[in-house]
Amino acid sequence: MTYRNPPTTPRKSATFDDYTLSEIRRAAATGIYDIRGAGAKRKLPHFDDLLFLGASISRYPLEGYRERCDTSVVLGSRHARKPIELKIPITIAGMSFGSLSGPAKEALGRGATLSGTSTTTGDGGMTEEERGHSKTLVYQYLPSRYGMNPRDLRRADAIEVVVGQGAKPGGGGMLLGQKISDRVAEMRTLPKGIDQRSASRHPDWTGPDDLEIKILELREITDWEKPIYVKVGGARPYYDTALAVKAGADVVVVDGMQGGTAATQEVFIENVGQPTLACIRPAVQALQDLGMHRKVQLIVSGGIRNGADVAKALALGVDAVSIGTAALVALGDNDPRWEADYNALGTTAGAYDDWHEGRDPAGITTQDPELMKRVDPIAAGRRLANYLKVMTLEAQTIARACGKNSLHNLEPEDLVALSIEAAAMAGVPLAGTSWIPGKNGF
Amino acid sequence: MPATPMSKAEREPGNAHSQASRVFDLSVHSLRELNQALHKLTPGSNETAWEVLNPKGSHSVAVGVDQPVSIDVRGSVGYYCAGMNDGAAITVHGSAGPGVGENMMSGSIVIKGDASQYAGATGRGGLLVIEGNASSRCGISMKGIDIVVHGNIGHMSAFMAQSGNLVVLGDAGDALGDSIYEARLFVRGKVESLGADCIAKEMRPEHIELLQALLDKAGVTGVKASEFKRYGSARKLYNFNIDNADAY
Repeated sequence: MTYRNPPTTPRKSATFDDYTLSEIRRAAATGIYDIRGAGAKRKLPHFDDLLFLGASISRYPLEGYRERCDTSVVLGSRHARKPIELKIPITIAGMSFGSLSGPAKEALGRGATLSGTSTTTGDGGMTEEERGHSKTLVYQYLPSRYGMNPRDLRRADAIEVVVGQGAKPGGGGMLLGQKISDRVAEMRTLPKGIDQRSASRHPDWTGPDDLEIKILELREITDWEKPIYVKVGGARPYYDTALAVKAGADVVVVDGMQGGTAATQEVFIENVGQPTLACIRPAVQALQDLGMHRKVQLIVSGGIRNGADVAKALALGVDAVSIGTAALVALGDNDPRWEADYNALGTTAGAYDDWHEGRDPAGITTQDPELMKRVDPIAAGRRLANYLKVMTLEAQTIARACGKNSLHNLEPEDLVALSIEAAAMAGVPLAGTSWIPGKNGF
Repeated sequence: MPATPMSKAEREPGNAHSQASRVFDLSVHSLRELNQALHKLTPGSNETAWEVLNPKGSHSVAVGVDQPVSIDVRGSVGYYCAGMNDGAAITVHGSAGPGVGENMMSGSIVIKGDASQYAGATGRGGLLVIEGNASSRCGISMKGIDIVVHGNIGHMSAFMAQSGNLVVLGDAGDALGDSIYEARLFVRGKVESLGADCIAKEMRPEHIELLQALLDKAGVTGVKASEFKRYGSARKLYNFNIDNADAY
């Protein structure tokens, strides 16, 4: 009888995990980098790593169903003659017509309007669908300037100068040929079916001094009526916020790396930029150092999912948050009801991110006339409004428990962190200690 | 540049209904007053002629005008003069800073002197004439505008130019038409180098006709359309192909 050595259990590498191996094989087979939609999927320090303390002997709570907890926010009060007032501090982030279907844009407008908040155009100009169905519409001013015109500038409620976005700070937009229908092509002044790789820099300004002059021009064109936002990706939030304020912004929007994109290289999404949690305190600090906190409003986006995330962001000092991916999910993105269709595309509900291919089973990230029928803009708008309502109620629940009669009265003192990383990023103590990493020399 | 002698009407700013031009002296009135007065114009207004004195390099002079009035700016301007112009005929009797006529929709802009960077950037329509030279990135991302430059243009001009016509009577700098889409470029002089996916193209009769019409419209005399070469997109980068990656 021969003796056989006991076998070892097959061991996969933590470094070369299944996903990594599949990506190497894919790259070797195709010779091109992977492009996808959405934001960073890797695990990152996030709002889940923070907890609220709630009330105690020294802090008394507000009655959950009886005492008022204000949720409204005014944006653009610094220079604009017509600042905008939102009922809730949760806005809809910029997503283009082109990357999204017309009915999806309409649904975003409907949902936002029902909730008393704003929606935002994207890298494709303003459509009648979204202007008509959005009570408050923010018009993005992007490097590509697709569809830009003074008439739309004047019928917008605010203007957002986009310098960057969290999924790709330093990268331009991308819309591949499959999604360039006649209408999309016409709005962007480009031939049908070509890959549109938008510029990453603005064509007529570079740097903070130019930005100041550009903002002056936009204000002059619109007779100083509109709030002007400056949106940056989560790259250097302290300096970008300070420079945006210096350039004259009314509102600064900071988008962390979990913020989504319609289409970008996977390597870019996962390896450039900072997590949302890491961006907030530096941005708030910049405003405080300039004496502009609450005078210039701060909007933060990237991975906001529920009322707890909203409350935590506000407690760290932001004035409002913005949602993109979560809004699409409320509309019906990645819904398991289309599982068979997702499987046919080689993926599964919850993981589908090939938004650039225009074959979205949920009918949201497509220009296919048949697929887009799957979005009923009225019903989808209602779902978005329901979701925004739930987020708001959740945030109020937490704020009342912390004794706050306004979401904006939440403060860092209400928070602790579950990890050293989150404690350092958020500037709040590690739970059970008084230790804030990086503070007081430790 | 000194202002021209003023008529009686011109000495009285805000003289709204005079037959002479309405004069706005930027050493007396603010930029905001000027632009708001221009924006208040309605179709059929008899205030069809405007004159702006002492711009002294101000930014955003006469931006967002949307009525077919004529505006003479007496002196040099800073950034974004005539930005987003939609129908006005604006003449700068001096030189223009960066981004003159950016995103013009329609109308015309004439620069008697030179223009700085990004002249006519993202313009969608109308005619921009630069009687001197234009700096780098002239016609960047143009989307339908016609630009005629009497002198030379700098590097990276017509970068990502989508639509419209850029006519240069002199020379063009490095990387002309880099990543160009469907815009047409006509250069009479030397081109330092062409950018990615930009190539020389045949001048067919329809191009000669188009160019001659543009030269006439821009008031260019003594120059024949046949003296120009045409440049445009090779259309090889329209859809991503890994074998073209070295072009970037």
